[in-house]
Amino acid sequence: MNYLEFEKPLAEIEGKAEELRAMARKTEGMDVEKEAAALDRKAGELLRDLYRNLDPWRKCQVARHPERPHASAYISALFTEYTPLAGDRNFSDDHAVMGGLARFNDQPVVVIGHEKGSDTKTRIHHNFGMARPEGYRKAVRLMDMADRFRLPVITLIDTAGAYPGKGAEERGQSEAIARSTQKCLEIGVPLVSVIIGEGGSGGAVAFAAANRVLMLEHSIYSVISPEGCASILWKDAEKMREAATALRLTAQDLLKLGVIDEIIKEPLGGAQRDVDGVIASVGAAIAAVLKDLDGRKPAELIRDRRQKFLDMGSKGLAA
Amino acid sequence: MNWISNYVRPKINSLFSRREVPENLWTKCPECGTMLFHRELADNLNVCSNCDHHMAITPRERFQALFDGGIFTEVKVPEPIVDPLHFRDQKKYTDRMKATQKATGEKDAMLVAEGQIGRTPIVTAAQDFSFMGGSMGMYVGNAIIAGAERAVKKKAPFVLFSASGGARMQEGILSLMQMPRTTVAVQMLKEARLPYIVVLTHPTTGGVTASYAMLGDVQIAEPNALICFAGPRVIEQTIREKLPEGFQRAEYLLDHGMLDRVTHRKNMRDELITILRMLMRETPAVKADLPSPGKAESTVATAATPPATTAAKA
Repeated sequence: MNYLEFEKPLAEIEGKAEELRAMARKTEGMDVEKEAAALDRKAGELLRDLYRNLDPWRKCQVARHPERPHASAYISALFTEYTPLAGDRNFSDDHAVMGGLARFNDQPVVVIGHEKGSDTKTRIHHNFGMARPEGYRKAVRLMDMADRFRLPVITLIDTAGAYPGKGAEERGQSEAIARSTQKCLEIGVPLVSVIIGEGGSGGAVAFAAANRVLMLEHSIYSVISPEGCASILWKDAEKMREAATALRLTAQDLLKLGVIDEIIKEPLGGAQRDVDGVIASVGAAIAAVLKDLDGRKPAELIRDRRQKFLDMGSKGLAA
Repeated sequence: MNWISNYVRPKINSLFSRREVPENLWTKCPECGTMLFHRELADNLNVCSNCDHHMAITPRERFQALFDGGIFTEVKVPEPIVDPLHFRDQKKYTDRMKATQKATGEKDAMLVAEGQIGRTPIVTAAQDFSFMGGSMGMYVGNAIIAGAERAVKKKAPFVLFSASGGARMQEGILSLMQMPRTTVAVQMLKEARLPYIVVLTHPTTGGVTASYAMLGDVQIAEPNALICFAGPRVIEQTIREKLPEGFQRAEYLLDHGMLDRVTHRKNMRDELITILRMLMRETPAVKADLPSPGKAESTVATAATPPATTAAKA
């Protein structure tokens, strides 16, 4: 188990309980179960307390937790016959974006997601989930295909942002993002986005101009990272706590602002503590939205999606 | 009173309080250091006469030079909710806004106008870099939507001059949401088959480049304008190497296939007229003296007659 900084006291208690049990296993006739159970209870209470009111900066840490399930975990658990489709037909295949055909509850769909990777090797392979223009162009190609064959599109958002690299800029990072957002707004099929971790700026919105945007309880969605905002507006990158609060990047605030449509509850202690549970919740939420959007005409889907964005923000926090 | 105050002091005063030349009469070119007289600089559309460096120009100044006879009508922009997030960094966002509004005399970072250029009716929007770095918040989004709607209603092309540091952080996620919102505006123009021309000026970066500023039918940039998604400093920090000369500048983007043209500010108006009239399948522009402003106004009023006939009459 990987503990976040604010979870240190929890790590200590859980560590002690584990130590006790390990000792008991080695020493015959030693009964520590009572003490260990007491420690477990204490840990449980602490966990509840810690997660009851996570402040925005702590939420950022949970959203970026290394053991938080990523797009690949959701795809392999929720979809069958997943058939990855690669490449932008122009330059290369971007491994930060995965996507292809798949079945969701037997219904054929197109699924697209940012993949961050889970260890050093896969993180480098997936470029830490930071897409280059080819990733967005691949997504545009897949969304186009979904539109032509009338397949719903599901996007899983989890990126710190688009990759700020030399080649990415030379090959038109901004144009690629703009076209991807445009494609989202153009397709005559249901488009459902789930922000499963980090929704980082333009790199996230390029996949999230959707009919419905769902968000996990402890995920974040923001115009800039709290660190970046702090260094620009506070001239001090250490003010990320203040920036995280001011930016209102939590699912709870975004629901109030009318930017997202629904919050999906996470297990106590965050998605990383019950991966199967959280994946099942996300699956149920997607199924409900697809059912709701089923049977709508292409023109209606496009019109509703556009109107939703045109109206967005008109009511501020009272939305 | 005495000889000192009557005689010496005036002399000393005249030495020290000599009327100074107001500083804003002269502008130093940030590129070549040439001192430029304000009237000449304005006549030259804020382009350095020595090195051709394109300095910032306010939307109003640009429109005065762009429209026939300098005549244009502002398009009303629906005002968004003020400070939606109750944002506060070292200063309150509302205080920052008030100070900037006072300093610039503008409501926000974009001005939308309609009128004629070369007797071609257009709607245009220009971003104001002097207003909080031209940052894109809800007002800018509303301005682009209002401009596009007006263009569709008038069946006129839409020309957009971009200049922005990106999204306005003080409006948080709602500034990010202007990316899809403005994209919807571009789609309205596309569906109405109306030309959408983007003129990228220095600098155009971040979420602005990654939405409406890169979706034009024709993409023109002013010389040496910085145009990018991530700024050069961020990239240098990420890849830890020096970037090549001219990286992310207009000419570099032109070489990499990201732009149609790089055009000097003094030629921009003629070029826009030429392109727009072809895309609108109008006759070539008449290259002759324009009628006096009084007459120009009457042609605006009778804009129902096709520009070619109006030109013949004039």
